[in-house]
Amino acid sequence: MSEFFTAAALVTTIGAGIRYATSYLYAAIGETFGQRSGVLNLGVDGIMLLGAFSAYYVALKTGDLWLALLMAAVVGLFMGLAMAFASVTLQAEQGISGIGFYLFGLGMSDLLFQKLVGTPLPISGFPEVHIPWLSDLPVVGELLFSHSLLVYGAFLLVPIGTYVLNHTTIGLKIRSAGENPAAVDTLGVSVARVRYGTVMFGSMLAGIGGAALTTELGIFQQNLTAGQGFIAVALVYFGAWRPVGVMYGALLYGLVTSIVSQLKTLEIIPRSVSDLASMLPALITILALVIAVQRERQPAALTKPYERGG
Amino acid sequence: MRRLSTIGIVVLVFALVATACGGGTTTTTAPGTTTPSAEPFKVAMVAPSAVNDLAFSQSMYDALLAVQQQMGGESAMQIAYSDNLFVVDDAAAAIRDYANEGYDLVIAHGSQFGSSLQEIAPDYPDTAFAWGTAGDTFGLPNVFAYEAASEEGGYVEGVMAAALSTSGVLGVIGPVEVGDAKRYVDGFKAGAEAQNSAIDVKVNYTGSFSDVALAATAANTEIAAGADVLTGTAQMVTGAVGVAKEDSIPWFGTQADQTALAPSIVVASQVYHWEVVISQIIDLIQQGTMGGESFVINLSNGGEAIAYNPDYTLSSDVKQLAEDTIAGISDGSINPPRPAAGS
Repeated sequence: MSEFFTAAALVTTIGAGIRYATSYLYAAIGETFGQRSGVLNLGVDGIMLLGAFSAYYVALKTGDLWLALLMAAVVGLFMGLAMAFASVTLQAEQGISGIGFYLFGLGMSDLLFQKLVGTPLPISGFPEVHIPWLSDLPVVGELLFSHSLLVYGAFLLVPIGTYVLNHTTIGLKIRSAGENPAAVDTLGVSVARVRYGTVMFGSMLAGIGGAALTTELGIFQQNLTAGQGFIAVALVYFGAWRPVGVMYGALLYGLVTSIVSQLKTLEIIPRSVSDLASMLPALITILALVIAVQRERQPAALTKPYERGG
Repeated sequence: MRRLSTIGIVVLVFALVATACGGGTTTTTAPGTTTPSAEPFKVAMVAPSAVNDLAFSQSMYDALLAVQQQMGGESAMQIAYSDNLFVVDDAAAAIRDYANEGYDLVIAHGSQFGSSLQEIAPDYPDTAFAWGTAGDTFGLPNVFAYEAASEEGGYVEGVMAAALSTSGVLGVIGPVEVGDAKRYVDGFKAGAEAQNSAIDVKVNYTGSFSDVALAATAANTEIAAGADVLTGTAQMVTGAVGVAKEDSIPWFGTQADQTALAPSIVVASQVYHWEVVISQIIDLIQQGTMGGESFVINLSNGGEAIAYNPDYTLSSDVKQLAEDTIAGISDGSINPPRPAAGS
């Protein structure tokens, strides 16, 4: 056990947890915006996969990581447009259409990968950016201030998202569309426009989350996200629809995953229960979710399509 | 109206998904106009991933191409394949189709296809089937089985890894502790310990064959625990290779030559040459034996080989050590741990 508590092991474990949390955080913050406006987007994982593939492909062909990131964001936006068309304009059942979008993203990203790339080839990711002075601090410097730009970007989204949701007119419109869309409508604000906006913004972040994953790993392959998008949806509930809560959820999930992995490597968790231990991050998230949901109330109009005069 | 449009969108999305998920089916067979006596030997293969996956499926496809070359090209042997059939039911349908179309040998390349084959094979007594990696022919007269003694290459790579390590700690990333992965990992560990009895081999079975991010996390924790040489098996190791590359840590591959993933750090890979098995199976079929035998590829029969990365500077001592170990395993003086019967 003492091996686990060495500074090097702790720094790596926590650092790995933070990196692991990054792609979840992008997707979950995006999903928070959608859900606060009343739209549940279950297609996040599929959108992440398409974002990941497009970023991977552009990075592989051009070597330009910023172009790759832009492409993932654009693909995310278009997927968001389609999702919003289904759930807002056509008023489709959000759970079902979301699963449809997930399956589409899963199949399409793999098909494109097989046809356009085939054999997995590595790409190089965003370099680590050491923040001057801060990154020289012992332990904390390496933990918090020696990551790639995408990691900082994800955590910056938390205060920005909180501010936008709570202190701006747009935020007020979003929250109201999710709580009482009829009231918003009577004030002359288009509920549909607000929801299109949040779903597209959220999907764009999901695409960027996929790009963060593929550039961090330096590879793409079938089902690269392995269900991360679904965890992201759960994290929104866990975080009680608040960006800060969502960030705690993402960090908890990331840290438990890397701690379990570290304990397995050091054989503190014996090999015989290794597979059971792999379930721990999901189990802890479910437990926390149950407790959190007891405490908080979801947006009143979540998953309910809004029909004028309906 | 609303309900109609809902149904419409769901149908549309599923139609798109169905298109996207469909595996590729390729047949190089031309409509047969030749006389029966000159008919080529027809082989079909069903694979779970793409035939250019740099791993499991590609190893078999490359073997078929090699055998085709040996036999004298397309006029002597024809190859058809359906790949990306990760859904077992779809694979089963493809196996049945090929049997119906009169292929001489149908290869179900994936241990998950075993129970399908067990059902299908008795319906087509005139067709020979082969499947793997497995050792069980189900007692059926028209089923061959094939597997790889991956512990042998694992042992050789373990010896090399221990010789390269200065920290005395090695890291191994595995999926689930079963089958081919377990054989490779156990072999690697035994080889490393034979080379240096004080070596510490950290093994992390992530619990997933596909979670690339988790494999990367496992690699990070092993490096933190002091590992200065890494290896791993199954398709999710690409994530771990990425971490190794970032930290300039030597990597040993298996199942296919992984040099392309990271030319700067891949030392060597254990590669499979299934052509050894396939040509034997074809010979047997042509002599009238349709199945009932199981085959193992290993270092001594040439079905397994260690492919060195020409761009990695490996000291001649370590290379000699590897060659001596290969010779020792081939002549029986070195015995890597064999899996217990039935596992």
